[in-house]
Amino acid sequence: MHSPVLEVKNLAVEFGSGAGRVRAVDDVSFDVRPGETLAIVGESGSGKSVTALSLLRLVPTPPGRICAGEILFHGEDLLKASEASIRSIRGNRIAMIFQEPMSSLNPALTVGLQIAEPLQLHGKLTWAKAFERARELLGKVRIPDAARRVNAHPHQFSGGMRQRAMIAMALACKPNLIIADEPTTALDVTVQAQILSLLKNLTKETNAALILITHDLGVVARYADRVCVMYAGRVVESGSAQDIYANPQHPYTLGLMASIPRLDQEAGQRLTPIDGQPPDLAALPKGCAFEPRCRFAMARCRRERPALESQGGRHYRACFADVSC
Amino acid sequence: MWAYTLRRLLALIPTLVFASLIVFATVRMIPGDVIDMMLSQNDTSAGQKDREQLEQALGLDQPVYIQYFRWLGGVARGDFGHSLWQNTPVLDQILARLPITFELGLLAIIIGLVIAVPIGVLSALRQDTTGDYLMRSLSILMLAVPSFWVGTMVMVFPSIWWGWAPALVYVPFTQDPLANLGHMLTPALILGMSLSAITMRMMRTMMLEVLRQDYIRTAWAKGLNERTIVVRHALRNALIPVITLIGIQAPLVIGGAVIIEQIFVIPGMGLLLLDAVGQRDYPVIAGVFLVVGVAVMLINLIVDLSYGLFDPKVRYR
Repeated sequence: MHSPVLEVKNLAVEFGSGAGRVRAVDDVSFDVRPGETLAIVGESGSGKSVTALSLLRLVPTPPGRICAGEILFHGEDLLKASEASIRSIRGNRIAMIFQEPMSSLNPALTVGLQIAEPLQLHGKLTWAKAFERARELLGKVRIPDAARRVNAHPHQFSGGMRQRAMIAMALACKPNLIIADEPTTALDVTVQAQILSLLKNLTKETNAALILITHDLGVVARYADRVCVMYAGRVVESGSAQDIYANPQHPYTLGLMASIPRLDQEAGQRLTPIDGQPPDLAALPKGCAFEPRCRFAMARCRRERPALESQGGRHYRACFADVSC
Repeated sequence: MWAYTLRRLLALIPTLVFASLIVFATVRMIPGDVIDMMLSQNDTSAGQKDREQLEQALGLDQPVYIQYFRWLGGVARGDFGHSLWQNTPVLDQILARLPITFELGLLAIIIGLVIAVPIGVLSALRQDTTGDYLMRSLSILMLAVPSFWVGTMVMVFPSIWWGWAPALVYVPFTQDPLANLGHMLTPALILGMSLSAITMRMMRTMMLEVLRQDYIRTAWAKGLNERTIVVRHALRNALIPVITLIGIQAPLVIGGAVIIEQIFVIPGMGLLLLDAVGQRDYPVIAGVFLVVGVAVMLINLIVDLSYGLFDPKVRYR
């Protein structure tokens, strides 16, 4: 077994200060190994994007602040790293792909320059060589006519092409870890599948680890090896994709599964939504954050906050209830 | 782009005809008549006969609309008429003074940008720090203090304190560039400072806006340092609206020049205009306004064309 590329331990991120302070990420731990795809799943406001941003210390400070935990990249704590050394890791050994391909590329610069930039910076290539590589990379992410398109500006690209360009940019320096924050949310369904397959294949080639932030359980089932389910800033269940799908153990995960349409479901049968609203992070209950929406809730759930406990092997959940019935 | 430029140039013509009409009409509304002035200078006992003779000689006996069409016809042929006082061609007078005001205005705009862009950027990068507050207060101050006041103070106080005063003898640039710049620098600085106030605020606001964009986060995620992010990724995007501001400021510069040229004795268009207004020299006033109008419209055309340099989405058809 390889040692993990990245190990996150008890990460906590807060936003705001004083009375308005909100803990967006609370006591989150996970690790990811070379060649592995870890999916972090959760609804809007569950803290998954903030978790992703904090891995490269990109949380806007202020108002955000990483207030506790360790982020060990090959054993080195990124939270203690100097500004210069975190910069030498960003875009080089850990690359990031963002949610909005429309706005994540600089409209004033050519796509080629933006892909060449990390190569010139980290790879110490000349601009000419870096452009040459950028052209190859564009071809690699299957952009037709890459030799010409390398000089195009982002507005001349479609959404899918821009996301491919973002992937080319992320892959440029052959990183050990790629963090993809909802890379396909803004794209058409057909393009989504292409982009994710491309990402998966290319990371496999270099044996890079991939952290896939998503709210789409379909994506998770197809591409993830392991899964972390987040709710209200905490990991509520984690395990292999197999564990999570075949044997979900947290009521929230169960709810998510019940709310997606399935092919083997009878026609006309209604989906089962999770009742209620995601919690207000500024006013979390003392006990389990999911308790107000949980159909298994007991008195104990209101008093105590369940900790992550092993369900056997590397399958963990944070729940008191017996959900097997 | 050439077709676009040509179309824009053609569009100047109706605008200018309209502007000339306004200018021609308003100039005649200034109280006090040139004939009275001329007569009172020479002979207090001049009679009605002298007045009629003079009016006829200057062509002012015709109805105003005939005067206007005569003048407009002349302008179309490149003849702006003659000064009522010196009897020299108006166009010659203007052409002699245009480069001087152009130099002053260009210097003022450059100085304005040189002050405003770095300070605006720094102010945005260090938002809500003491430096930011200081620089923003400074810009309010520069906005609030009129340039004629600063000009007067610059003339008065240094001479009292240090026995130094700005040079007041105009030397053409072609004769002695250094002496010319030495003379122009102080007035250009004063004009530039007042321009920089607005530009600085605009630069700061735009920079703050751009720094919040997703592509700046992408740039950080690549491992770029702050300087590269600001210079390569943010500045170009933030400059677009600032460039627009230059077009808007062009008339301000010319308006400012009228007063500053008077204070620093610079024989430019401003001084020409001021003298002409004082003497009710109608053809000169109209000529100056027309040329200023063309200049302002051309500057705005250049500004519009320059968007193409900064924003790849802009294409001229």
